[in-house]
Amino acid sequence: MSKDTMRVGFNGKFESKDVELAPGDPAPWDPSRKFSILGTRVPRIDGPAKVSGQARYGIDQRLPGMLSGRILRSPYPAAVVKSIDLSAAKRMPGVKAALAIARPGDSLRFAGQEVAALAADTAEQASDALAAIRVEYEVKPFVVDVESSRKKGAPLVFEGQVQNRTSAGDMPGKNAPLPRDGNVQGPRKSDKGSIDEGFAKADVVLEGTYHSQVQNHTALETHGLVAAWEPDGSLKVWASTQGIFSVRDELADSLGLDKSKVTVTTEYMGGGFGAKFGARVEGVAAAKLAKEAGAPVKMFLDRKEEQLATGNRPSAIQWIKAGATKDGKLTALQLVVHGCGGTNGGTGSSGPLKNIYACDNVRTEEFDVFTNSGPSAAFRAPGHPQGVFALEVFMEELAGKLGMDSLDFRMKNDPSEIRRHEFTLGAERIGWKTRNARRATDDPAVRRGIGMAAALWYNTGGTGPKTTVTIHRDGSADVEQGVQDLGTGARTMVGIVAAEELGLPLAKVNVRIGSTALPYGPGSGGSTTTPSSAPSVRAAAWQAKQKLAEELAKSWGVAPVAVVIESGRVSVKGDASKSLGWKEACAKLPEAGVSATAARAENHPEGWKRFTSGAQFAEVEVDTETGRVKVKKVVAVHDCGLAVNTLTTESQIQGGVIQGVSYALYEDRILDRATGKAVNANVEQYKIVGSRDVPEIETILVPVWDGVNNTHSVGIGEPATVPTAGAIANAVSHAIGAPIRRLPITPEVVFEALREAEAQKGGRA
Amino acid sequence: MSDEPKSGFTRRDLVRGALVGAAAAAIPVQAPAEEASRALGPGAVPIALTINGKTEKLVVEPRVVLADALRDRIGLTGTKVVCGRGACGACTVLVDGAAQCSCLLLAAEVQGRNITTIEGLKANGRLSPIQEAFVEADALQCGFCTSGMVMSCKTLLDHNPKPTRDQIREAVSGNLCRCGTYPHVIDAVERAAGIRTAESTLTIAAPLAIAADGRRFHGDDRVGPATLEAMEAEEA
Repeated sequence: MSKDTMRVGFNGKFESKDVELAPGDPAPWDPSRKFSILGTRVPRIDGPAKVSGQARYGIDQRLPGMLSGRILRSPYPAAVVKSIDLSAAKRMPGVKAALAIARPGDSLRFAGQEVAALAADTAEQASDALAAIRVEYEVKPFVVDVESSRKKGAPLVFEGQVQNRTSAGDMPGKNAPLPRDGNVQGPRKSDKGSIDEGFAKADVVLEGTYHSQVQNHTALETHGLVAAWEPDGSLKVWASTQGIFSVRDELADSLGLDKSKVTVTTEYMGGGFGAKFGARVEGVAAAKLAKEAGAPVKMFLDRKEEQLATGNRPSAIQWIKAGATKDGKLTALQLVVHGCGGTNGGTGSSGPLKNIYACDNVRTEEFDVFTNSGPSAAFRAPGHPQGVFALEVFMEELAGKLGMDSLDFRMKNDPSEIRRHEFTLGAERIGWKTRNARRATDDPAVRRGIGMAAALWYNTGGTGPKTTVTIHRDGSADVEQGVQDLGTGARTMVGIVAAEELGLPLAKVNVRIGSTALPYGPGSGGSTTTPSSAPSVRAAAWQAKQKLAEELAKSWGVAPVAVVIESGRVSVKGDASKSLGWKEACAKLPEAGVSATAARAENHPEGWKRFTSGAQFAEVEVDTETGRVKVKKVVAVHDCGLAVNTLTTESQIQGGVIQGVSYALYEDRILDRATGKAVNANVEQYKIVGSRDVPEIETILVPVWDGVNNTHSVGIGEPATVPTAGAIANAVSHAIGAPIRRLPITPEVVFEALREAEAQKGGRA
Repeated sequence: MSDEPKSGFTRRDLVRGALVGAAAAAIPVQAPAEEASRALGPGAVPIALTINGKTEKLVVEPRVVLADALRDRIGLTGTKVVCGRGACGACTVLVDGAAQCSCLLLAAEVQGRNITTIEGLKANGRLSPIQEAFVEADALQCGFCTSGMVMSCKTLLDHNPKPTRDQIREAVSGNLCRCGTYPHVIDAVERAAGIRTAESTLTIAAPLAIAADGRRFHGDDRVGPATLEAMEAEEA
């Protein structure tokens, strides 16, 4: 370890701090550093491949003799398998292998659960052959709606112990044992201070209940992989995944292979949003079928399977009660959540209430409600869009009861200096002060509204990733790390950080990512990719540069510390005779060039620890005759640490906002109570926002030098979608003068809110 | 190739052909003699397609859709399949210059038509202007909807070289994107149309930083070489 100093802070205010540096880890960049490429708008380096159809996704993989795999799924929401007979299916044209996934006696707990799998020469033959698999089911009673599931005597989703489906990274499944009553499991409890004392101190107490729906990830590339066995018994896999190493590990574990025998490649992938970390049932089945058939197997799900079985954001019923003093200080915050993630856990939405506003007395209780429906999986900021929706609509209502402006109320209770700054910037941009005067539009039926919501996220990344940087004799460089690019721009991010540190143009840096044959890379979840990956890239580039300096020092006969590498020149300060351009300097390297491999150092405990913060402001128009909501504008103000690439950061924030608009207004997985089946497992009835319903989006980045890692980087993928639905709900509430307590905000929800407001007025009159 | 006569059968013929072909089928559906003679199948049949100006001969079952023929048989995997039923636009190709969902067309049905896929937009190894603009404006994230988006935008510009923003929204309203690239797609089309260089809607809260000596940095203070040209100039 070596001692150094660094400066941390934001908004022009910085403090100096001592920092212990791990060997080979450079000090965090100083706020006054002039960057060459980092922080500019850099078109992604794989853009040309993606716009020309050349980018090879897992689903595009073709191998000689490759078979098509298909899965047979349960048609019943609840059943016990009596028998499975594959013999007729195996005799169908083109079928080369078949296997049972469920065993006799196994319970099937949702319509769409995997029963058997087979592989055939063509996709059409595989589909035909599924019909020849004979399965006897004992059909059981089921329950698919949360209200019925919570009632005494409801059919039990789990008769014995809860068996959460887990694949690597299916976060909601990782539960400590909890009490269970019927289909309701929990609570997970947290207590801070004394909730009773908090309410006793309150001048004003309010409560409210907020409902949110199940959201499907709906990644455009479905889950799946191609599995091919090599003659030496090793397994090669091309997967659509957010974690090539977690897929590798799950395959190795499931198949009894050494990790060293499995190679997973993901050069490109068509979206994950949290649900793509494991090999999962279909991936393991593909590898087994490939072994049986002696041929590679491609197993990618179709759209219906994707919507049914690969994960979702749980629904939530959130009851909030809070107390505040007359002058607007929170004294008590209480939350009870019933979250439903089908056969998986359904909660995790207490994060915003516990962590955004300061309050001494906080109690949360979270219950999982099980139903016979597809299991939840981590989904872009698990728990948070729904948690912020409930909390922030509640805060708006409480401000109303206190007779305060809701922004003032938030400012008064928000302990985050960064977010208060973001509130101020966003409020100015959206025109918060004049919002009440602007509610009327030219059309008397159409009302304008402005609302806001806060965001927070947690992760600063961590150790694990390793990067190798090689500087070649011709001056070009390779940077290698086994991270995968979900579409966030990770490949370009790796290149930018290396180019910045080496002082090279991006075109001189060759980026290799997306394979477990490369040094270990982080799984892309929790918005940790960049803060985990980038510091290791920078350290490897920095070390490779030191090696270049050592080589030049040798040839010049000076001490390595005398050699300075800056702006594409290698020189000895104060000696004009010892100064070379980058390329000339590299020509003096040994034939192999120089390389360095660096691991991501631990987070600096001296860094400015904080939650990643954000705030969004939405402007909507609501037609009070049709109930239709149109989001006109969203101002998104976010702390993105020090953004590596402002162009792709802007894309990520726009994407987060747009997914939030979609969640707020349109998306809703619907299950039929009579049959227990999903009625909209597709993309025409499961509505994703399209081009005509996307608002104008303005982004304001607030750079923060936190000194937690050597690049001050944090992830933005999740924070950007956390507050959108809450801000929109508040804007609609503002427009119509009645709180919106349910997502998605369909015309029916708008009318219900209007009716309730009318009834209350009538009641008071 | 393109002057081959149109095969002139309908999807209904194919269905009938398939039913007749399922010889053991209990329902004796009898197609009229003249229609039956034009029916294809059952089983795989030879067809010829004109893709990006090249003739591709393949043997496929009549039920195989164009998207699958392109991807699985010919190996043109740039065309993506997301919904398989014409709801998302990911599989958009041009058929005689018109944007169509290739998942809704039978491969055998488009013999003799000129089909352009995303792979056919490059000319002399160079990206077309709309492709360039997509890269520059970052009108793509995961990239899975991008092929379809580009094809829709190309059709728009072919017919309307100076579209309004609303016309662009309309043109891609059949293309679903899950990452949320829509704003940058609109920017890209404007860029390709030369309407304006898309202005960024992103601002960085200033001041970015203050140096130890009190100088303020706003993010536009840069140090080179940021470009390959600058580096080569320096070396020269």
